[in-house]
Amino acid sequence: MNALSVQKVSKVYNKTVQALQDITLEIREGELFGLVGPDGAGKSTLFNILTTLLLPDGGDIQILGMDLIDDYKAVRQVIGYLPGTFSLYPDLSVKENLDFFAVMYKSDIEANMDLIRPIWRQIEPFSKRKAGKLSGGMKQKLALCCALIHRPRILFLDEPTTGVDPVSRKEFWEILQTIRTQGITVLVSTPYMDEATLCDRIALIQNGKILGIDTPDAIMKQFRGSLYTFRSADIFSLLNAMKQCPLRCNYYPYGEHCHIAFYEDMEKAMPQFLQFLEEQHQEHGEIKAIQPSIEDCFIEIVKMNSHE
Amino acid sequence: MNSIEVDHLTKKFGDFTAVNEISFQVKEGEIFGFLGANGAGKTTAIKMMSGLLQPTSGTAIVAGYDVVTQPKLIKRNIGYMSQRFSLYNDLTVFENMQLFGTIYKIPRKELKKRIMDSLAALDMTKQANLLVHSIPLGWKQKLAFATAILHKPKIVFLDEPTSGVDPIVRREFWNLIYETASTGVTILVTTHYMDEAEYCHRISIMADGNIRLLGTPEELKQQVGVNTINDVFVEYVKH
Repeated sequence: MNALSVQKVSKVYNKTVQALQDITLEIREGELFGLVGPDGAGKSTLFNILTTLLLPDGGDIQILGMDLIDDYKAVRQVIGYLPGTFSLYPDLSVKENLDFFAVMYKSDIEANMDLIRPIWRQIEPFSKRKAGKLSGGMKQKLALCCALIHRPRILFLDEPTTGVDPVSRKEFWEILQTIRTQGITVLVSTPYMDEATLCDRIALIQNGKILGIDTPDAIMKQFRGSLYTFRSADIFSLLNAMKQCPLRCNYYPYGEHCHIAFYEDMEKAMPQFLQFLEEQHQEHGEIKAIQPSIEDCFIEIVKMNSHE
Repeated sequence: MNSIEVDHLTKKFGDFTAVNEISFQVKEGEIFGFLGANGAGKTTAIKMMSGLLQPTSGTAIVAGYDVVTQPKLIKRNIGYMSQRFSLYNDLTVFENMQLFGTIYKIPRKELKKRIMDSLAALDMTKQANLLVHSIPLGWKQKLAFATAILHKPKIVFLDEPTSGVDPIVRREFWNLIYETASTGVTILVTTHYMDEAEYCHRISIMADGNIRLLGTPEELKQQVGVNTINDVFVEYVKH
């Protein structure tokens, strides 16, 4: 059964800004689904619609068999929402915030403690501290407890790791993995492409449109170019030189390496490329064929769309 | 020559030591990645280096001026761009640049020329009269950067300039950083994207107010015995 079915949902702000355009996606029960895209892609607008806070202009949304708009009160009982901005009460203590959310949802903290215990254990030592005085990572953990305390069947997480350091990001994703073992469907958005591989399926979204929906593996298999990586002595000089390259390719820095996706017959193109590098006096390391990452796929899809 | 010389720089808030005797130098034209966990003390250190916050002890010489005795001169000689978008949404692209240029006392005629040159370099001449709130985030970030260097500072501090930005614009932004550094401007940049750390000439990693590691990306990876800066980071900033 689908936990969530979104059909052709659109949203226009102020009659001019098309925030979402014909969004269609289905999320299965128990799935960890990632919405991957940059700021301004429309992720938060979609979250606000799915959590009954904003009306779409058109389209149809079913959540656990209920109509999102007609049954919005019932929908609110079965969803949990962690918004993109810190939305707890900074002047209430950690424990008071949790109590508050439990009371609002008429939920019993003790009865649901098994669900939140792994997370709660980490913030319990600070239970008397005001929520506003917690560090960023701790705030997120408290917000997650508050979003889970009524044992929702679907959890919405809007960019829970934006601006979060790599260690805390890793911890947060470990927590998400434990939540889904409880049978809770999770929809999470992120601008970090590496997090996409931790999801069952992902939707790549940009400018209010979905560019593709599939498992991370399947998306990586759809990569059309032949992808190569190498080191360069001076990557800035290399990127400048590449502007003159006669071959059909996308090139971009990728950490300490340069990635090049060729859209050519490589048997002919590679000798040409090597010759080009030599003519341009570009020193380089070994040029290796590699499998694309989700980030490579996102770049390819966006570049292809902008050329169409 | 060094653009930034930090010597035992310390900031305490009551009993809490936010920055604990950090020392490092940044060379002219260098791209220096200032990494660390959330709450490690990066922002406090940047505030001290930019003359916004007085240190509890220690010194820092930035662009040739002392942060303790000459904070005003430092502010005039540095550029700063914060993680939160720092332009005015209800002003046009041109007006935003005009406002910042005027604050830095760039003569009117000269200012107009610099703005037009800067917009041409960004390929944004046509957008000069658009309200900032109507342009895409990636353009805003590039515009904020161009605005931060309009008064030709010797050093630019960039505090998470690419947070939430898409992979293509992140790379365009780094291209701007490279171009700017190649003209001799020193860049100190913070980021949570570890692939961007690889683009820096040198990086430091802060945790709990201390600089735990400092060197070129290559040196740090060798020192820790791992293949990526992400692994270096995770190894050194375990909670």
